[in-house]
Amino acid sequence: MNYKTLIGLEIHAELLTNTKIFCSCKNEFGADVNTNCCPVCLGLPGSLPVLNKKVLEYAIMAGLAFNCNIARHTKMDRKNYFYPDLTKAYQISQYDIPLCENGFIQIEKEDKTTKNIRIRRIHIEEDTGKSLHDTSGDTLLDYNRSGVPLIEIVTEPDMNSPEEAYKFLEKLKEVLLFTGVSDVKMEQGSLRCDVNINVVREDGLKSNIVELKNLNSFKAAVKAMEYEIKRHIDLLESGQNTVRETRRWDDSENRTISMRSKETVQDYRYFPEPDIVNINISDEFIENVKKSLPELPDQKRERFIKEYMIPEYDAKILTSSKELSSYFEDIVKLFNEPKVVSNWIMTELLRRVNDEGITLSDLKFEKEDFADLLSAISQGKINNNAGKKVFRAMFETGKKPNEIIEQMGLVQLQDENEIKQIIISVLENNKQSIEDYKNGKQRAFGFLVGQIMKASQGKANPQIVNSMLKEIIDNM
Amino acid sequence: MDLHKMTIKQISEKIKNREITALELTEKMLEKAKEIEKKVDSFLCITEDVAIEQAKKVDKKIANGEKVSSLAGIPIAIKDNICTEGIKTTCASRMLENFIPPYNATVVEKLNKSGTVLIGKTNMDEFAMGSSTETSAFKKTKNPWDLNKVPGGSSGGSASSVAAGQVFCSLGSDTGGSVRQPAALTGIVGLKPTYGRVSRYGLIAFGSSLDQVGIFTKDVYDCALVLKEIAGKDDMDGTSSPIEVPDYTKFLDGNVKGIKIGIPKEYFAQGIDEDVKKAVLAGVEQLKELGAIVKEISLPHTKYAVATYYIIAPSEASSNLARFDGIRYGYRTKEFDSLDDLYIKSRSEGFGEEVKRRIVIGTYALSSGYYDAYYKKALQVRTLIKQDFEKAFEDVDVIIAPTVPNVAFNFGEKNQDPLSMYMEDVCTIPANMAGVPAISIPCGFKNSLPIGMQIIGKHFDEATVLKVAHAYESCGDFKDKRPNL
Amino acid sequence: MVDKSTIQNVAKLAKLEFREDEIDMIVKKLDNVLSYVKMLDEVNVDNVDITYNPIDLKNAFREDNVGKSLDREKVLQNAPDKEMGCFKVPKVLD
Ligand SMILES: [Mg+2]
Ligand SMILES: [Zn+2]
Repeated sequence: MNYKTLIGLEIHAELLTNTKIFCSCKNEFGADVNTNCCPVCLGLPGSLPVLNKKVLEYAIMAGLAFNCNIARHTKMDRKNYFYPDLTKAYQISQYDIPLCENGFIQIEKEDKTTKNIRIRRIHIEEDTGKSLHDTSGDTLLDYNRSGVPLIEIVTEPDMNSPEEAYKFLEKLKEVLLFTGVSDVKMEQGSLRCDVNINVVREDGLKSNIVELKNLNSFKAAVKAMEYEIKRHIDLLESGQNTVRETRRWDDSENRTISMRSKETVQDYRYFPEPDIVNINISDEFIENVKKSLPELPDQKRERFIKEYMIPEYDAKILTSSKELSSYFEDIVKLFNEPKVVSNWIMTELLRRVNDEGITLSDLKFEKEDFADLLSAISQGKINNNAGKKVFRAMFETGKKPNEIIEQMGLVQLQDENEIKQIIISVLENNKQSIEDYKNGKQRAFGFLVGQIMKASQGKANPQIVNSMLKEIIDNM
Repeated sequence: MDLHKMTIKQISEKIKNREITALELTEKMLEKAKEIEKKVDSFLCITEDVAIEQAKKVDKKIANGEKVSSLAGIPIAIKDNICTEGIKTTCASRMLENFIPPYNATVVEKLNKSGTVLIGKTNMDEFAMGSSTETSAFKKTKNPWDLNKVPGGSSGGSASSVAAGQVFCSLGSDTGGSVRQPAALTGIVGLKPTYGRVSRYGLIAFGSSLDQVGIFTKDVYDCALVLKEIAGKDDMDGTSSPIEVPDYTKFLDGNVKGIKIGIPKEYFAQGIDEDVKKAVLAGVEQLKELGAIVKEISLPHTKYAVATYYIIAPSEASSNLARFDGIRYGYRTKEFDSLDDLYIKSRSEGFGEEVKRRIVIGTYALSSGYYDAYYKKALQVRTLIKQDFEKAFEDVDVIIAPTVPNVAFNFGEKNQDPLSMYMEDVCTIPANMAGVPAISIPCGFKNSLPIGMQIIGKHFDEATVLKVAHAYESCGDFKDKRPNL
Repeated sequence: MVDKSTIQNVAKLAKLEFREDEIDMIVKKLDNVLSYVKMLDEVNVDNVDITYNPIDLKNAFREDNVGKSLDREKVLQNAPDKEMGCFKVPKVLD
């Protein structure tokens, strides 16, 4: 029988504020242990939280980018539980009135049709500290991360395959990056994703929902989901069912492992946080956030196609990051042939950037240099092949393109007399090829062009070579 | 007059006129405080070194001709649930027996700037839970008027230290009456300001939506002086109010002509001692003679206040006290075989009985299945109690009622039945529920024990409360009465 | 009204433990309080808002400016156990 998969996601993203959510300690990854701590984030007796306004702005920005309704009256709540990384033994979070509700993210499926994945809510809350382990197995606590602002994004179970979940996550990540709300680095833990998954058989039989945690990458998430779908179906087929539980993905064993049963539901004893007064969000506040909202990837993609007349394929790649899209637009401003710029970026530039594992901000040459190179090619000063050589040198040394062209002697040979001399001397040494060409062998012509280019050390203008060669042979 | 029986105003004059140096005063007061301490046990620790250092600083300033505040050089005490940097702050609990805060509460910062001299940290009910100071893990504080009686609580040590003349002023905290009730029982002035008037930053939380730092002094003028110094918006406390702080002493002109006083009939109902009622009403009569207008009013939801309080305060406390888990600070059990064992043993051994009982009540009221019936319901009834006050204050400027149903009681008298102890706060709890300011001032004696009159005001209208209190105090007979120790 | 097992569950949530005789005492005292609190049943609270802060204050925010943190020595000054700049607890089992 057929099965339908239901996947819902719960994502925690750290916000890129300067300071923590309730105190003025630095929000910083990788500092010395327990150096970004104060009475507030340590939960010392007597300390009180004061909400960072930027956290509201960023969370609303994410909410707007994901098409959510923004609450006008909201509050913070306490979620009570004991854990060593939670300094107050309660997390200040939001319970019944989340800041953002009822949004969606549009994904594109394999068959190119689109689908909306509903977002149930986005709320703000504080992160916990970090547990480390010493050699004897004891737990050591570093509270630098305690109080770092988070948004928790909860979707409806609208994804029907791991691929859809993957696309959703990619899209979510892209938008969070574009808005500058989070740096979404899974390996640093600034983006964390939990999965709720189960399957429904066509006759209505359902497996119990299982929660998957400790997913360290999108790939791990996909693998874990694939593994679970098979496990759920196998169990149902054999007349059994899954247990309501939390499982984690084990990368080395390539399987999910049970962490704890969900039979005994945690009682978090949520109640309104009395230390934080009511939050009222005005139209004006939301308007200001809206104004500061940058162009989102989808909008940018469409604009690129229209404004620069480039294919959708190009537009997609060029808008895959904020950095790349503005790099493209900056070059086009200097050299107004968008398709040429796009080709060069997608092939020569991105290949080298990816090979080297660097970012655009690490490039040794200036944008002006790139534009100068493209102008030199289009003006025929050098040919395309020489251009690639120049580009490589620019990439490696950061030298100006004209300097490289001079040094490498790559200036294109345009002088018709000089080219004619070369053609004549090549033809004298290749009489057989002239015969072949005249007998209808087109390949012989190409061979001759290659010989001429070689004789000119690659500098002859290929168009001139082509037309002149044809003319000379035809007149022979 | 003996130095230790003077008020801040009187002693401050002497310091400014250079009749006495701050150091001389401090040394004399330390000596006196230690002598009296043998009888009353107000303090959990006496901070002699700190006091001397602070006094010297004040003297240096005066010698340099710098302007100093009216509180400069004044010996004070602070309740041991208010954080003092580098000085143990225990909440009178084994849990925090060795806790040394790395920071000062905002009120402590402010007083330090004013040049006060810290004589010591005062005894209290453990984590401020109680009305007699008997739940302290360390000692019993006695009522200076009768050493066999309790001083009230939870700020019993702060109250007795002022009443006995060990210091001129002390800070306490008031969640359900913990400043006003001991002030009444020890015959001094005790003010609970409006919620949000004084920063709570550094006050170790009990019931976060009810707690407020309060002031004990010998008279109303001193109280006004101190309030001016500690009140105001604090960036570290998001629940503190930006409303401007006036110079409260300017309102103490004795003129109450035309001021409307409401007498809530619910506060004079059964359960209130007849002599207490009489004394309070006699006080009201005196204000009437001064030109105040008196009318009977009703605060119909008063009878639900205690029930509401005994859900809200323990609920908030159960959450506030969860951080005491033996990991970052505070008591950790000696032997444990797992993390959970560490949690459970540390907390069970570190907290006293009353504290644990309230944590259980609060945890129960917040747990799933009970939240709506208890916690949510209590927060709704709280709204009605608050609305009672709002309605009443449309017609009157202040409300006058007894502070406590009776006078000081014997040690052990109310320990067995928690409800009888809770009833100590029946007249004081409503003001915490509504967040309004209220003061207790002495208005009589019964069996040589002081009786307290409570004056309740509108949100942020401490000025009128102090004005009325001062007018009464000036014409009454109780201002200069001091216990003989 | 309240039974022992309820109290035991609540104690577990609050990370407390009680001896048998203590439990009996707590059951009794909690019953006492709960029967007193029962008087709230007679109050009609339909359409009444909750009050979790008694004064009408809204939107108390801070700006996103970095301030001073504590020196690590002070961070750890009250720690019952510490190691390598961190607070130390027995192994956390998940
Ligand atoms: Mg969360
Ligand atoms: Zn901090």
